Amino acid sequence: MSQATESDVREDGVIESVSGPVVTAKDLGARMNDVVYVGHEGLMGEVIEIEGNLTTIQVYEETSGVSPGEPVESTGAPLSVDLGPGMLDSIYDGVQRPLDVLEEKMGSAFLDRGVDSPGIDLEKTWEFEPEVSEGDEVESGDIVGIVPETASIDHKVMVPPDYEGGEVVSVESGNFTVEETVVELDNGEEIQMRQEWPVREARPTVDKQTPTEPLTSGQRILDGLFPLAKGGTAAIPGPFGSGKTVAQQSLAKFADADIVVYIGCGERGNEMTEVIDDFPELPDPQTGNDLMARTCLIANTSNMPVAARESCVYTGITIAEFYRDMGYDVALMADSTSRWAEAMREISSRLEEMPGEEGYPAYLAARLSEFYERAGYFENINGTEGSVSVIGAVSPPGGDFSEPVTQNTLRIVKTFWALDADLAERRHFPAINWDESYSLYRDQLDPWFTDNVADDWPEQRQWAIDVLDEEGELQEIVQLVGKDALPEDQQLTLEVARFLKEAWLQQNALHDVDRYCPPEKTYEILGAIKTFNDEAFDALDAGVPVDEITDIDSLPRLNRIGTTPDDEAEEFVAELEDDITEELRSLY
Amino acid sequence: MKEYQTITEISGPLVFVETDEPVGYDEIVEIETTDGEIRRGQVLDSASDHVAIQTFEGTGGIDRDSSVRFLGETMKMPVTEDLLGRVLDGSGNPIDGGPDIVPDERRDIVGEAINPYSREYPEEFIQTGVSAIDGMNTLVRGQKLPIFSGSGLPHNDLALQIARQATVPEEEDGGDDDGSEFAVIFGAMGITAEEANEFMDDFERTGALERSVVFMNLADDPAVERTVTPRLALTTAEYLAFDKGYHVLVILTDMTNYCEALREIGAAREEVPGRRGYPGYMYTDLAQLYERAGRIKGEEGSVTQIPILTMPSDDITHPIPDLTGYITEGQILIDRDLNSQGVEPPVNVLPSLSRLMDDGIGEGLTRGDHGGVSDQIYAAYAEGEDLRDLVNIVGREALSERDNKYLDFADRFEEEFVQQGYDTNRDIEETLSIGWDLLSMLPREELNRVDEENIEEYYTDDEAETVEA
Repeated sequence: MSQATESDVREDGVIESVSGPVVTAKDLGARMNDVVYVGHEGLMGEVIEIEGNLTTIQVYEETSGVSPGEPVESTGAPLSVDLGPGMLDSIYDGVQRPLDVLEEKMGSAFLDRGVDSPGIDLEKTWEFEPEVSEGDEVESGDIVGIVPETASIDHKVMVPPDYEGGEVVSVESGNFTVEETVVELDNGEEIQMRQEWPVREARPTVDKQTPTEPLTSGQRILDGLFPLAKGGTAAIPGPFGSGKTVAQQSLAKFADADIVVYIGCGERGNEMTEVIDDFPELPDPQTGNDLMARTCLIANTSNMPVAARESCVYTGITIAEFYRDMGYDVALMADSTSRWAEAMREISSRLEEMPGEEGYPAYLAARLSEFYERAGYFENINGTEGSVSVIGAVSPPGGDFSEPVTQNTLRIVKTFWALDADLAERRHFPAINWDESYSLYRDQLDPWFTDNVADDWPEQRQWAIDVLDEEGELQEIVQLVGKDALPEDQQLTLEVARFLKEAWLQQNALHDVDRYCPPEKTYEILGAIKTFNDEAFDALDAGVPVDEITDIDSLPRLNRIGTTPDDEAEEFVAELEDDITEELRSLY
Repeated sequence: MKEYQTITEISGPLVFVETDEPVGYDEIVEIETTDGEIRRGQVLDSASDHVAIQTFEGTGGIDRDSSVRFLGETMKMPVTEDLLGRVLDGSGNPIDGGPDIVPDERRDIVGEAINPYSREYPEEFIQTGVSAIDGMNTLVRGQKLPIFSGSGLPHNDLALQIARQATVPEEEDGGDDDGSEFAVIFGAMGITAEEANEFMDDFERTGALERSVVFMNLADDPAVERTVTPRLALTTAEYLAFDKGYHVLVILTDMTNYCEALREIGAAREEVPGRRGYPGYMYTDLAQLYERAGRIKGEEGSVTQIPILTMPSDDITHPIPDLTGYITEGQILIDRDLNSQGVEPPVNVLPSLSRLMDDGIGEGLTRGDHGGVSDQIYAAYAEGEDLRDLVNIVGREALSERDNKYLDFADRFEEEFVQQGYDTNRDIEETLSIGWDLLSMLPREELNRVDEENIEEYYTDDEAETVEA
C-alpha cells in the first residue's frame, strides 16, 4: 500500500444495486477513485461517483450472480500500479495483474474472477548495486542504485517522488526482494525497489522540452515523410483491415526506443498471442537481445471486462513514465484508443450521464488530451532526461474520420498517419495515405536528419512529396482519358511516382530484411529513384521515347533494394545507379 | 424458493418486480402467468428492493398477478458429447423428438474470457475446398471469419459448402480417419423456416447431422431469445473443443437478427442509444461472442467461427458489419454483382480478408508459392477492376496491350478461379494451379510479387512469349 494515500476513516458498505459493470453501494466510506472489493468474491472495482449515501463503483470483473446485500470493502487507496524491476518481459491485464500468474493461480486457460496478484513478483530477488554511499544527500527522484533487469535494460532504483529525501544512513548491496529496504535515510524514510503510484496521476517532472530527436521506426514512409519525435504524439486512424495493428506492431518491434509499452486495449485475443509468441523470437534492432527484454505488454482483449479496458491505458502510461524517470526513451503504443473511448461511453451510459456527441461522454475530449499530454520529452526531477512517445491507434466506425474520437485525437496529436482502405485493398502496405497524413515535427527534426543521415535529406524528401502530389493530379486525368493520352514528360512522372510507391513507400512487414529499414537505407532508395528520375528526364529531353526509357533492364532492380540486406544496400544502390545511368545514356 | 406476486411494471420484453430479498445480477427467472404458462427470463438490473427482468419469450399474457420465481443461478447450458446429432430450440430444449439430454455438466453460458497468455496462435490451414477462400483468404483453425452478405444473396449455400468440405489436411501419420473432420455447431437466430429447412435437409442428406449440434431460433420465435442462442451454441462448442478434444466449426446466422434483438432490449430499457439506435455496448457484447473462438495451449481441440451477417442495404459501414469487422479476423464478402453474373460462390476477394492467412500458409503448411501467388493475383485483379471503369469511358481499343491483358485477367479470374459451383471441392494444389494458369496470361516481368524460383517452376511461357519486348 502506498504511504501517502492510506485513509484513516473507512467503512465497509453493502451493495445496493447491480447493473452490468456498474454497482452502487450504501454506507461505504470511500473517496473518489478509491479501489474497492465488491461482493463475497472480492471483485476489484473503483469508485466513480458519490451521491449522498450512495457510492457508484465500476467493477473490473464480470458481475454475474452478484446480488444486493453483499459486502463492499474499501482499500482506501486509488488504483495504483506496482513499479519496480520485473515489469519488462511481462504481460499484464488492464489492472496490472500478470496474466501468466493468473493462469497458474486459476489453474485454467479461462479468466476466473476474484483472483488478485501483485504486478511484480514479491518473492524474486534482484541484484542491487548501490550508486550512493552513507553520508550522501539524496532528494526525491534521485537514483540510489542499479538492478540489471533484463539483458537490455538496467533498472534504476529511485527515491519515490513523494519522499522528502535526506542523508543516507545505511545502504545495502547484494540480492534483495523488491520489498526489502536497500537504502535508509536519516529522516526514517526507507527505500525499496518497489514503488506504488496512482495510475490516473502523472508522475512529477521538472520541465517539458521541445523534442528534437526522431523516434526512428524503420518504416520508410514514416521516417522519410512523416517522422515522429521522441516525446511526440501520433495517431493512426483507419478502418478495419487497413493494417493498424500491423503498423503498431512494426513500431513496437523496430522503433529505436529503449523501452516499449504495448497496450492491447479492447482488441483481439489472437493478436496479443501473436505478440507474445513473436517478440521473444525477434532481435531488438538496437541491442540484438530479444525484444521482450525491453517490452512490457498490457493485454485487455475485447471480451475482458470493460472497466478494466478503461483503466489499461493509464496503467500503461504510468509504467512508461516510471522508466522515463530513469532517463530512458519510452514508446507507448495503444491499440486502440477507440476501444478505450467506447469503454468510457459504456460506463457513462450506465451512469445515465448526459451524453455528448454520438453518445460519448462530454468529458471525452478532456480525457484524451489529459492522456496524450503525459507524453513528452522531459527533464526529470533527478536531473536525467527521458521521453514518452505515445502512438495511439484509432478505429473510426465505418472508416469515417469525422467521428468524435478521431477528431478529438487530431486536435491534440502532432503526427497523423492516415490509413487508407483503398491502399490496403490493393495490398499497398503500410497503407498510409501520403496525401492525408502529416507530421508537425518535420521541421524541428530536420537538423537531426541532416546531421546524422544526409545533408540534402529535406530537399530529397520535398522532391518526393512534389512528385507524389503531381502524380495524384495526373491520376485524375488518367481516369478520364487513359495514360497514353498524356504528354511524354507526364507519363515519365507517373513512372517515377510508381517506383516511389512500389520501391520506397511500400514495405513488406513480413519480409526478414524489408520489415526494418534504417534511415540511411531509406535515404539511399530515395536517392536511387531520384537518380533514375534525373537521368530519365535528360534522356527524354534528348528525344528518347518514354517506352524505351522505362524498358531498360536495370530498372526492376529498384524494387529489390528494400529486400537487399542492410550492409549490402549501399553497394547495391551504387552499382544500380551506375547501370541505370549507363543504360539511359546509351539510348542517345 | 421465494415466489413474488409483486410485478409493478411490464414494458416491451421487460418486467419490473419488487423484491424483499437480494437477487443476483444475471440470475434466471421463471414467471408463471395466471394461465399457468411458464416464461423464462433473466435479471438485467438488480437493486435491493426491485429488479428488472428481461423475458425470453415475450411478455404477452403476463399480468400483475403473475408469480415470479428467482432460480438462484445464472443461465446454464447442459453439455454432453451426446448433444452431437441433436436439434435444439433457441433456448436449448430438444425439438427433434429424441430422448432427454442427460448432461455431464451444466455450464454458465456467459463464458469466461480466454487468458491471452494461454492462447495458442492459430496457424493450421483449413481446406474449405473453395478457391476464393483457400487461395486468397485462407481460413485457419481457431479463427473467426465472418461472411458479410446482403439480403437475397447465397451466403447460406457458401456456409453449407464450407461446413461440408472443411478439412485439415493432416500429415501422413495414419491415426483415425475423422481426425481432421469438424464437429459443426449451427446456431440459427431469427432465420425463416424455409432457410432452416434448407440447412436441415443438407445436414441430413450429407450425413453431417451426426457430427452437428443445431440450435434453432426461427423468425417467429421470440426475439429476445436470440441473445441467448449464440451463447448456448458457443458454450457447447467450448465444451466439445476444450474438454472433449473436437475441432469445432461454429456457424452463426444471422448476426444481424441478433443485433436487432440487442437494440430492442436497449430501447425497452430506455438506454442512451449509440449509432443508429444500437446500444453503446454492442462492441463489447459482440466481442464476448466472437472472442470465444480460438485455440488453447496444451488442448487438442479448437473453436473456429463463421458468423454470417446480412448488411442492411449492402452497407459495410453499418454498425453491425463495422463492429464485427473490428473484432473478427477478416471477412468474406459476398458480392451482388458477381451473384447476378452467376458466379458461384460470388465472393469478392478484393474487400475480403483473412488476417491469419499469412501464418497459415506457405512451405510445409500449404505450398511455398501460396503467399506470392495470392498477392500477385490480388494486385492483378485490382488493376483489372480499375481498368474496367476506364473501359466504360474510353473503350477497350484505347487501352494499351498491357492493360487489355489485365482486363482479360480480371474476367478469367472471376470465371475460372472464383466460379466453381457449390458442389465442387478443390484441393489447394488445384486452386494454386488455376492461379498459375491465370498468372501465365501476364508477361513474366510483371510478376513482381512472386519469387523468381517459383516463376521458374510454375509459370508457363507459351502465351507470354509473343509480347516479350
